[in-house]
Amino acid sequence: MQERTANNADVIVIGAGLVGSAIAYGLARRNVRVLVLDGADRDFRASNGNGGLVWLHGKGLGMPAYQRLTRSSLDLWPDFSAELAELTAIDLQYEHNGGLVLCLGEPEFEQRRSTLLRLQSQLGAAERDWEMLDRDGIAKVLPRVQLGPDVTGASFGHRDGQTNPFHLLKALHAGILRNGGMLRGGSLVRSIRSDRQGGFAVDIGFERVSSARIVIAAGLGSKTLAAQIGLDIPIRPERGQVLVTERVEPFLPLPILGVSQTQQGTLVIGVTNEEVGFDTSTTCAAAAALSANALRWIPALSEVRVVRQWAALRIMTPDGYPIYAESQSHPGAFVAVCHSGVTLAAAHATVIAEAVAAGRLSVFLEAFHHRRFDVSKAA
Amino acid sequence: MFRKLHEPVSAVLTINIDGVPAAADPHESVAAVILREAEPWTRLTPVTGSKRAPYCMMGVCFECLAQVDGVASVQTCLEPVSDGMRVARQITPRRIGK
Repeated sequence: MQERTANNADVIVIGAGLVGSAIAYGLARRNVRVLVLDGADRDFRASNGNGGLVWLHGKGLGMPAYQRLTRSSLDLWPDFSAELAELTAIDLQYEHNGGLVLCLGEPEFEQRRSTLLRLQSQLGAAERDWEMLDRDGIAKVLPRVQLGPDVTGASFGHRDGQTNPFHLLKALHAGILRNGGMLRGGSLVRSIRSDRQGGFAVDIGFERVSSARIVIAAGLGSKTLAAQIGLDIPIRPERGQVLVTERVEPFLPLPILGVSQTQQGTLVIGVTNEEVGFDTSTTCAAAAALSANALRWIPALSEVRVVRQWAALRIMTPDGYPIYAESQSHPGAFVAVCHSGVTLAAAHATVIAEAVAAGRLSVFLEAFHHRRFDVSKAA
Repeated sequence: MFRKLHEPVSAVLTINIDGVPAAADPHESVAAVILREAEPWTRLTPVTGSKRAPYCMMGVCFECLAQVDGVASVQTCLEPVSDGMRVARQITPRRIGK
């Protein structure tokens, strides 16, 4: 007769990147006993390779639920970031002065407008929080930028912004600990099994930890883990490369999709979308393409020195939108994967954390189950 | 801060650091010359405004940035001296465009 042993936590979150950490922070904040397991330093870490945009406009074509989730995350971001900053004394450098997508040529401008109008109509009655700007309009929001001659205009999302993604991740980790949660590094999960008490036993090598519920938020590592609890999630890596420059005097008061400036003055130029499998190398081809594009937008960037180039792997689903799902064969086991870990951090810390705490995903989140891909295959 | 272990074997060059002449050996780096100055720093970091000096001496750390002959953010550890070179400690971040 096996004795019942006390669980290590109410919820084990596998993965301490932006997605797992935001959910765990939200759980810990709700007084749920949470244990976060992080893998090895050299794992693929999208959270350490992104540009930090908190972005809405232009996202969610064909999936109104994603547009709504993104909108609610943006609604929550100011309070979320203020509370996290106060709790941890880490400045997230969150700004939301709007964001621009520059258009080269009249056809691109018109196509951008029609895309945004379609998105608007898919949402129904929501207020319009974007506008198309001509060159004079751009000059008003970017007074210190001399645009290249090919720029015809831009779309301007009023609610977009950016944060420092490294500070965000650090603050989430600190916030988990501050709220009584546990965080363990170097804890690569080998296997997940149902225990005999309706919970889960997670094998991390020389040790086994247990909990009533688990959340798999292990980025690209989630596929093999989720398979162990009966969830077959179709995810793949997509490489994104960025160029990072020396610090220059601040001249971009708000981010352009493709060129943004941190509060310290560093420019982040990018990003690419490449289907190359599990390969995080950087390439000259990407550096050349990113530079050429940036110079068409802002020719003065030719003076700036590039000091780093890096690559990270996005967690892509067939339609590019997140997967949130609970296992049918293993109730209490959830998976959460996406490539919008920064923008959705506020939603993950609330909507998703509440769903996990409640033990079931809400009706609102049903649209994000990966069964949507089976439907499209059958149709 | 630092001093040379040898006397110069060939002709000495002169470079100019913030208006003050400094002696240099042919082929040595600008950073090496600055490290022998009474004020061995090269720039103020735009993050906190505190001083930064040459550190890695091999082009990796970017601490030794200074303005050399009018060009800002030059890695002085990778920049060989030339006679009459004008070096200025970099006290503001580089400005691009107009």
